[in-house]
Amino acid sequence: MSVDSPHAPLPAPVRPPVIAPGHSASTVTERISNIVFGRMPRWFWLAFGVAFMLVLGLLASIGKLLFVGIGVWGVTQPIGWGFDIINFVWWIGIGHAGTLISAILLLLRQEWRTSINRFAEAMTLFAVACAAMYPLLHTGRPWLAVYWLFPYPNSMNIWPNFRSPLIWDVFAVSTYATVSLLFWFVGLIPDLATMRDRARNRAQKLIYGVLSLGWRGSAIHWHNYESAYLLLAGLSTPLVLSVHTIVSFDFAVGQVPGWHATIFPPYFVAGAVFAGFAMVLTLAIPLRRLFHLEDFITMRHLQNMGKVTLVTGLIVFYGYLVEIFTAWYSGNLYEMFMMRNRVLGPYAWSWWLLILCNGLVPQLLWLRRVRSSELALWGIAMFVNVGMWLERFVIVVTSLHRDFLPASWGFYKPTVFDWATFVGTIGLFLALIFLFIRFLPMISIFEMRTLVPEAKIKESQG
Amino acid sequence: MSTPNHGPELHGLLAEFDSASQLVAAAHRTHAAGFRKVDAYSPFPIEELAEALGHHHSPVPLLVLGGGLAGAAAGIGLQYFVSVVAYPLNIGGKPLWSWPAFIPVAFETTILFAAFAAVFGMLIVNRLPQPHHPVFNAPRFALASRDRYFLCIEAEDPHFDRERTRQFLLSLSPTEVTEVAP
Repeated sequence: MSVDSPHAPLPAPVRPPVIAPGHSASTVTERISNIVFGRMPRWFWLAFGVAFMLVLGLLASIGKLLFVGIGVWGVTQPIGWGFDIINFVWWIGIGHAGTLISAILLLLRQEWRTSINRFAEAMTLFAVACAAMYPLLHTGRPWLAVYWLFPYPNSMNIWPNFRSPLIWDVFAVSTYATVSLLFWFVGLIPDLATMRDRARNRAQKLIYGVLSLGWRGSAIHWHNYESAYLLLAGLSTPLVLSVHTIVSFDFAVGQVPGWHATIFPPYFVAGAVFAGFAMVLTLAIPLRRLFHLEDFITMRHLQNMGKVTLVTGLIVFYGYLVEIFTAWYSGNLYEMFMMRNRVLGPYAWSWWLLILCNGLVPQLLWLRRVRSSELALWGIAMFVNVGMWLERFVIVVTSLHRDFLPASWGFYKPTVFDWATFVGTIGLFLALIFLFIRFLPMISIFEMRTLVPEAKIKESQG
Repeated sequence: MSTPNHGPELHGLLAEFDSASQLVAAAHRTHAAGFRKVDAYSPFPIEELAEALGHHHSPVPLLVLGGGLAGAAAGIGLQYFVSVVAYPLNIGGKPLWSWPAFIPVAFETTILFAAFAAVFGMLIVNRLPQPHHPVFNAPRFALASRDRYFLCIEAEDPHFDRERTRQFLLSLSPTEVTEVAP
């Protein structure tokens, strides 16, 4: 490299800061932990009440399902994978943004992730919990299903088939849930110590004290902690890519036209991140307003999330176009029919709505003005939430309802119990998010402290 | 240096600092002065701090490597046992040990065991959970999880001397030096 290069460094572009000026370690600690120690506003309990009612609906419909059998759902031949697999894939995809924010953006040293990683990780956990419920319930008798899912010596002397993507899925999702929980808890330990030290009564001190494992902020502890945290991020990165890849294998390894496609793994992973960022935006925009966290979750965060949504949305849109191209290029009768049936058949409305929600509406994010408007971002995020659900509906239902043999064609109609279960898991997800906000710091306090000016080490004093 | 003077009535001497920079500087000088039983406490991780105290390598990465290898072995072993030994089935005419199909599960168990090793390894190396520790006796120590920085020279250090060590700590310009009961 020559010293007198003609390419002078460009001035750094002016960006909104990742934390509003004027904050110190002390104000950051107070602002975030006071949300937990303070009283919750009236709207909070009302919203929690609504979510809790939906959870009761979920319990009622699960009770009915276990009592009667999966006939209460609309799944039947030829569509054996209805709402339960659509919702399973939808929820697990939503979870992926949490891991992306906490692990991949950490490795890429994107410090804007700091104020959103904690609740994005919580979102991951709760979304995976909602997702995992569906395949278990789909077995109809979950208490008997254990030997189909996990390899253990049982009285029938039979073992699972490890050549099946469905068993890969069991390992992928349970590993993902476990590692996400570990990652989240390790990130919480120093903040739980802060909560312990700020506790206002004995009960709080005891509970946060036990959960913080006696953390005292020792330099040697921090040294090992940082090492473990970074390694967990490094492990979670390939893990999160593997999880949705394996979910896509559930489809791609099958031979049904519309499923049997090599584009599925990358397109599913991009779709998962797309859906997840939309859900983070859906939650973050109201939360920052309602809890007055604009200093910590700044416009910079929202703009960046808008950009990630745009990029992953383009990959997903590309996936839709490649599916059309592959169907034509294959020259295969069944593939071509599948595509024509998707676009023009009885379920065409779902495909066109999908293109509107995931393909066209997100293009508005090219405009800076849209990325800088909370309302517009929130609206686009809602379109994406709906669009990603439709995507799984299109893949599951339109592929299965007319496959190779016209004699076995049919239609799918979800029942009231399908809807109650789906809406119920949305209620469960929201109720868990509300409980998390009530009892744990929703922003990582110790990582926010590293962003304030006093955290910069001046070597001159050494 | 004088003969060590450590009664059972003292855990060590705790100096409090205003800023992270001061704490790092103090840690450097404490290490240079020959103290080895020293710990520093801060409300967020400071990369330079453990180095300043002479801790360079964390054992956690090796534990994670071990965990990952154990996970890979467990995943491969489990699938070999199930597919070849315990329940040999002809599936699509493939050999019993059709290993490419066994990569995904082996990959997941590798990650799972490595993650467990990272978390529990870190806790064991740090000797956590440890609900009580003498530094919690210091009245202002609760601020270590908020915005204050502490350095503790422990009485076990061979160079420790109640008076001289106090004088040494005061020379580092802390805001306060207190004795910590064991």
